[in-house]
Amino acid sequence: MDVYLPIANLSVNGLVIVLLGGITGLLSGLFGVGGGFLTTPLLIFYGVPPTVAAASAASQVTGASVSGAIYQHKRNGIDFQIGTVMVVGGVIGTGIGALLFRLLTSIGQIDVAISVLYVVVLGSVGVIMAREAIPELFGGRLARLGKVPSKRRHHPLVASLPLRWRFYRSGLYISPLAPLLLGMAVGILTMLMGIGGGFLLVPAMLYVLGMSANVVVGTSLFQILFTTIATTMMHALTTNAVDIVLAGLLLFGSVSGAQIGSRFASDVRPELLRFILAMLVLLIAVRMAVGLTFRPEEIFTVVPL
Amino acid sequence: MRRLLVRIAVLGAVLACSTAARDPILVPEISQHEVVVRTGFTGADLLLYGAVLQPDGTRAAQGANYDIIVVLKGPSQAISLREKKRRLGMWINADNASYRSAPSFYALASSRPLDDVTDAKTRAIYELGLDWLQLSPIGSIEQSEQDHFAAGLVKKRVAGGLYRQDETGVTISQGVLYQARIPLPSNVITGRYRAETFAVRDGRVVASATSEVTVAKRGFERAIEVWSHEDALLYGIAAVLLSVGMGWVAGRLFALA
Repeated sequence: MDVYLPIANLSVNGLVIVLLGGITGLLSGLFGVGGGFLTTPLLIFYGVPPTVAAASAASQVTGASVSGAIYQHKRNGIDFQIGTVMVVGGVIGTGIGALLFRLLTSIGQIDVAISVLYVVVLGSVGVIMAREAIPELFGGRLARLGKVPSKRRHHPLVASLPLRWRFYRSGLYISPLAPLLLGMAVGILTMLMGIGGGFLLVPAMLYVLGMSANVVVGTSLFQILFTTIATTMMHALTTNAVDIVLAGLLLFGSVSGAQIGSRFASDVRPELLRFILAMLVLLIAVRMAVGLTFRPEEIFTVVPL
Repeated sequence: MRRLLVRIAVLGAVLACSTAARDPILVPEISQHEVVVRTGFTGADLLLYGAVLQPDGTRAAQGANYDIIVVLKGPSQAISLREKKRRLGMWINADNASYRSAPSFYALASSRPLDDVTDAKTRAIYELGLDWLQLSPIGSIEQSEQDHFAAGLVKKRVAGGLYRQDETGVTISQGVLYQARIPLPSNVITGRYRAETFAVRDGRVVASATSEVTVAKRGFERAIEVWSHEDALLYGIAAVLLSVGMGWVAGRLFALA
């Protein structure tokens, strides 16, 4: 089934795109992440221009997080107070991201910057996740290798920030600057990489901010939902790169995949899930690193003036 | 006054010569003059065909056939070409060159290899062949650099199907009818394309004719493209509503099931 993408200006196999959306949706249902970190690079490998890929993947993440956010809201799993602070940070972040996007495009390094970001962000997150997941997974046999979990609530840097607010639902008394900055960082990455940032947010909220575990997933979904909406709007207004046909195809696959994934999620051991996710994240990072360090097939790139 | 007279005399002599060796008759046609880009567009095959006759309307004698070269050119674009180089162990964009008018599409088909048909000078004049594209570089650039970048552009676009040169692509039947098939890939840009046909004999272009093909988006595809630029705010809102709506509907449907 060939479909012509009016913004990307090329024709793609619609089924492949729906399937791609389905796989990332399945992951998002299984792991509670948006799956943008998988969609954007795969679209780029498929031949979609990087800007269009990042812009359209953002709206796919929106769709994949909607039902999760509604579900978390019903079970009272969202801290709206800290969530709103993070969304404000996220919106500021997408603005900064848009400026960076323009700057990097004008000096001709946007594609290199996206690849480097993927390697650095996914590489470090993947390593951290794998280090935690491997002892968990092989806990019985490797018990002596596992570290004693630290009792620390939040990172000392967070405690040193001025101006403290009480966030009752998260059980925190910290400066709102910490979640604001976290939201901002994720917003910038969302704009540049087309990721929702769930796999970054959840550990950061747990280990850096020290939020209570029962609101972490809901609040991160809330933040992702609104930050990706802001990203879609920002791309529509600045880069004109949102391909609504591409987004629709991705969404069709991913919203269905997300529902199926969430059915399976409860049947699989969570530490196994985390291990698989870590490996996936590392795989993408390695693939991107290979693309950067080996002589690429395409030495030349053409950009319109 | 005398110089003017000389000029007129020379002009008269040239005219007399050219009517003596009168131009052959070239009647070109294209299978479709409009290519419409719609939902299922995967590219198109254009058939460029026609007839070539002796000036007196007879077919060329055996062994004295005309050679035919057809060229389809897309709209020119101003482009910047970047070259990746290895810096600090990474391949990053290092050098670049800018061109005022690089054809977005260029396909040439000829009845025999170009080297056998014409000389370099003729090919340079008529832009015949991928080695002879006139790219008009912006700013000063050394000839060797210029050649390097031009070769890079051609290689990249050949790989992407946007440039091609098929030196056996024209078939001529009975010395009169010729035809060439030129495929347009799905990633061609919209605009006016020029189809040029050349009849060549003894290394010289003895007749040429041009016609046009329009590549245009229509209907839904056109509407989306215009909308995304002219009312970006509303377009963005629509994209957001689509994603939120689809996510919500899927949640409801699966909850029922």
